[in-house]
Amino acid sequence: MNGVINFMQSTGAFIIDGLAGFGRSVTFLISVLLGLKDVILRPRLLINQIYSVGVLSFTIIFFSAIFVGMVVSLLGYTILVDLGGKEVLGLLVSLTLVRELAPVLGALLFAGRAGSALTAEIGLMKATEQLASMEMMAVDPIRRIVAPRFFAGLISLPILTVIFMAVGVYSGYLVGSEWKGVDAGSFWSQIQNKVEFRYDIINGIIKSIVFAFVVTWIAVYQGYNAMPTSEGVSRATTNSVVYSALAILGLDFVLTAVMFAS
Amino acid sequence: MSNSLVKIRDVHFSWDGKRDIYSGVDLDIPEGKITAIMGPSGTGKTTMLRLIGGQLKPTQGSVQVSGEEIPKLNRKALYLARRRMGMLFQSGALLTDLSVFENIAFPIREHYDFSETMIRDIVLMKLELVGLRGARDLMPSELSGGMARRIALARAIVLDPLLMMYDEPFTGLDPVTLGTIVSLIKELNSALGLTSVIVSHDIGETFSIADHVCILSEGKIVAAGSPEELKNSDSAFVQQFVNGHPDGPMPFHYPADEYTQDLLKGDKS
Amino acid sequence: MNSSKKVEVLVGTLFVLAILAFIFLALNVSNLSKISSSKGFKVTAPFNNIGGLSTKAKVTMSGVTIGRVTQIAYDKQAFQAIVTMTIDPQYDYLPEDSQASIYTAGLLGEQYISLEPGAEDASLVEGSNIDLTQSAIVLEEIIGKVLVSLTTK
Repeated sequence: MNGVINFMQSTGAFIIDGLAGFGRSVTFLISVLLGLKDVILRPRLLINQIYSVGVLSFTIIFFSAIFVGMVVSLLGYTILVDLGGKEVLGLLVSLTLVRELAPVLGALLFAGRAGSALTAEIGLMKATEQLASMEMMAVDPIRRIVAPRFFAGLISLPILTVIFMAVGVYSGYLVGSEWKGVDAGSFWSQIQNKVEFRYDIINGIIKSIVFAFVVTWIAVYQGYNAMPTSEGVSRATTNSVVYSALAILGLDFVLTAVMFAS
Repeated sequence: MSNSLVKIRDVHFSWDGKRDIYSGVDLDIPEGKITAIMGPSGTGKTTMLRLIGGQLKPTQGSVQVSGEEIPKLNRKALYLARRRMGMLFQSGALLTDLSVFENIAFPIREHYDFSETMIRDIVLMKLELVGLRGARDLMPSELSGGMARRIALARAIVLDPLLMMYDEPFTGLDPVTLGTIVSLIKELNSALGLTSVIVSHDIGETFSIADHVCILSEGKIVAAGSPEELKNSDSAFVQQFVNGHPDGPMPFHYPADEYTQDLLKGDKS
Repeated sequence: MNSSKKVEVLVGTLFVLAILAFIFLALNVSNLSKISSSKGFKVTAPFNNIGGLSTKAKVTMSGVTIGRVTQIAYDKQAFQAIVTMTIDPQYDYLPEDSQASIYTAGLLGEQYISLEPGAEDASLVEGSNIDLTQSAIVLEEIIGKVLVSLTTK
């Protein structure tokens, strides 16, 4: 009987701790969002962060888009050609990329490359007392360090996702038409007839904005809250990637159901 | 006895509500003098600096700096108060992505709108005080530990604070750098009319420059006075601490069972 | 060029690439450059069976796309499907008795409406109804017909 009570007690404590942690992260988010004013007044900080978060992630996004586009096209071709429907390859490639793969894979790659870097950087600044020294110099580290990074992430991921979509579709075209011989005309005309700008492309971009918000929020929060030891920073970095991945996949299901399946 | 810049009265503090770090501490930091806060490891000496700087709030009691009640200040007022304080962290805590020059210029740029020439003058003057004017373009990763700490010192005094706080400034330095830091702390205190608070457990160096020493133990001040008074104190605890005896009121052995019994238990296997 | 200049240039390049990608997507990977406005006149046509016809399907004449299907409704009096289509305003000379048929474009392709011109002088205008229609070809019916004709030899 004791064991059951203990179990209930620890589950309850776990839930309460979880809620408290979530509440803390929300309060944190609000202070970060209030830093928008400071970020606008000092665009140089934002630009530097867009460089380190966006520009430096370009390579991995670009090459992943090429490979993903090629694979989807190749796989789609092998399946469709048996059914006699290879003309719809263009539609298959573009819809899978625009609706799902570009937003989701782009966000996962971003969380792994840029999100983890943000967590590690902020966590390390905490561990080496740089954040505390800034507070003592009467500079709010949330406004000076965290906010520029948050808004940079919020801007960079949708940009990278759009590039992912374009590069992926074009790579799919190269494999489908140049290599596998699907008629280029029907490849593109199928796409242009059936892919809707507002419904498919804009919704895909909205997905990436939601992901950008969540992934960057998780990354900066984990870094800011890390234990100031090397083990603490490493654990925070891992958590940042894992939680981001779960959030992306979970939100993707919800967004897809709302946008595309009703 | 000169005026006290910092008055700490009946301060209680605890991290988790269970174990008290401070259980009623009264402390005065006289203006214009060098005060040392010392004590065994883990008594929470750095926590005292955090309370003075408003990074932590006491669970009970008052912390007054220049007549202002620090724990009661709102964010804006607290940040204004902090401009009159400088803190030297144990690790230096320089911002790693800025050069030495930019690190020292950081507080100026954040708070004031001075021209570049004026900023340059101020930064170079502070660098000259610590003897590192030639290092202005280096990055923190290129500095030795001692140099980093001197740069951090220059940064801490760049806005001409009233109060300087040093968190373990003597730890981990070679003899020459150690001597440099010690003399810098003393010279800056008199040349700039500062009030300095040093947190340390290094008796030799601290006693050589401190005007007033407080010893913390078990959440209270157990002794206070000038270095001479403490050296001649008849408290066994103070004598053990000041002279570095391994055993005394602070026991050498961590609590354990009786020795022969413990050894013999291993035989019954 | 010093490092802050380099940062600005690269951030600018990233934005330019994103804008180019966006334009590419808008023009080539979506139907934005097609008939994006619903300008034109509405014409209705009843069908017994629309098969897999859906809204936004094209309406052609001699293979040229002249409009889009905008609405599919059901008439419970006549038990027929009513298809509303928007014809481009430039085609204001379509005979009133033209026939609308539902064809399929390729085996897996989508279905569309093809108009065959009639002989009347009067033209289709806003609100006209096409009376002659041919429903979509349903595979099972064809198989049924073939089986019937095979077994009644």
